[in-house]
Amino acid sequence: MKTWIAFSSILGKDMSTYYLKPPNISWGIIFPLAWALMFFLRTGEPMDVREILPGIMSLSILFGTTSMLAVTITFERRRESFNRLLLAPLDLNLLMLAKTSGAILFGIVNGFVPVLIAFFLTDLGGINWVAVFLGVVLISITSTFMGLFIAVAVREVFEAQTFSNFFRFPMIFLCGLFIPLETLPIWIRPLSYILPLTYGADLLREAVNGWGYFHPGFSLAALLAFALGLFLYSIRNVKMKWID
Amino acid sequence: MAIIEVQGLTKKFGDLLAVDAIDFEVEEGEIFGFLGPNGAGKTTTINMLTGLTRITGGQVYIAGVDCRQAVKKVQSIIGVVPDESNLYDELSGLDNLAFCAALYGIPRAQGLKRGRRLLKQFGLEEAGDRSFRTYSKGMKRKLTIAAGIIHEPRILFLDEPTTGIDVVSARQIRNLIGDLHRQGRTIFLTTHYIEEAERLCSRVAFIVDGRIRHLDTVENLLEQAREEHILEFVLANERVLDQDFLQKEFPTARIEVSQNRVRVHTPRPTGLKPFIDRFSDLDCAVYEARLLRPTLEDVLIKITGMDTTGLQEVKMG
Repeated sequence: MKTWIAFSSILGKDMSTYYLKPPNISWGIIFPLAWALMFFLRTGEPMDVREILPGIMSLSILFGTTSMLAVTITFERRRESFNRLLLAPLDLNLLMLAKTSGAILFGIVNGFVPVLIAFFLTDLGGINWVAVFLGVVLISITSTFMGLFIAVAVREVFEAQTFSNFFRFPMIFLCGLFIPLETLPIWIRPLSYILPLTYGADLLREAVNGWGYFHPGFSLAALLAFALGLFLYSIRNVKMKWID
Repeated sequence: MAIIEVQGLTKKFGDLLAVDAIDFEVEEGEIFGFLGPNGAGKTTTINMLTGLTRITGGQVYIAGVDCRQAVKKVQSIIGVVPDESNLYDELSGLDNLAFCAALYGIPRAQGLKRGRRLLKQFGLEEAGDRSFRTYSKGMKRKLTIAAGIIHEPRILFLDEPTTGIDVVSARQIRNLIGDLHRQGRTIFLTTHYIEEAERLCSRVAFIVDGRIRHLDTVENLLEQAREEHILEFVLANERVLDQDFLQKEFPTARIEVSQNRVRVHTPRPTGLKPFIDRFSDLDCAVYEARLLRPTLEDVLIKITGMDTTGLQEVKMG
């Protein structure tokens, strides 16, 4: 009970002070619209909304979670308010889960904003919504934990932003969303396979459009493995670097 | 009964030995002062005792619990007030307190109730609904202390509680610390202000270069200082204000020079006149001369052998 009170308070505080602020809410709406517009300008032709929906959902989540978490944690570290959390009698794994839950929820909401927009533009019949939900949740989790990985690696807020982009932008082009995996140079393909977004985007594509490079079960397993690996690695680094 | 037991506590950062096998005990219900210059190892020691820094060597028991084995259990009975007021700018004073209470598993309704009581006790009742960022430095310090005791800890660690705030707020905070002590809390206090330690603490430890150089009751330390007699002169002529020169002039005394002040420490009671006469012979006017009551500051100098520059660091932070 005591643990739950602490957990929910950290989550509630982060939601109200960071994620539910007007700039972040508007980001969640503007970002998918901007990506949709970019696709339209690129092709100059009427778009198949369902075709681009998995990509826009994936990128909305990726961009909404990684830098938000990395920046908020780095910000709290710089102000030393994060030490207040480390001094609380709360297990470190639970503490970090509480800190990341806000970003995960924010990512899930971000992921469904493009779906809401698409609902008014096209027919969304035949979509495997269970797989969509699982895909959105797991992309949110892996992207958030990537943000945690970045937060542990940097000291300054601007470094968190820079480091986030260092990971995110290559991901856009390597995850198979815009450039099919089979057309990537063979020497670069292994990079695609070590990116969680490759599996997340593929799972969403399979759920929305009925095709993908990997079996959905394999993508799910890969995303779970990435989530667990990133979380454990980050916790290890927190122990090594922040409780030195 | 000792509530904090520290044996051979050591901290290394790479090759740097920050804390070097220190031993001490803090009795339940006392205010224990931990004094030393910047970089002496005070904050590192607090961080090890509270679980913010890993212990390299030695043992720490808090209320009988091994800090290395069960740090979370220890954290549930301690409160920590860091040297920076590190609450959340975005939250109001009251919400900050309720949040800090929740971190210890206290439901929000109860946290708010305790928070209101503390705001009243700390004279912040009017500011409870304002965001923390609008608080003055003194108010921030007071709220940070309130946040440190919202969960009613048995032991409170206070790291430089009055550094960098105005005189009135500092006095209020000292009174609050006194009140907390009277309520039966054990307080571990680090401070740069020797006068503060002298006023508040029952025992003090001096840490220099990671080692405890002396630990005793304030009374005993002052008694040691009383064995020494201190005369202070304010001089006009800067020519004679060279410490080595004066030391040669008065070989039986210990001389300290700071700006145009000369302090003479002698082992036997000595009158002012012989010194004034000697300064006069040296063609040096004495503006002011007086006998000083020995303070903890004098003990610190005597024990640590610190020069006046080091002392300024200790006094000013």
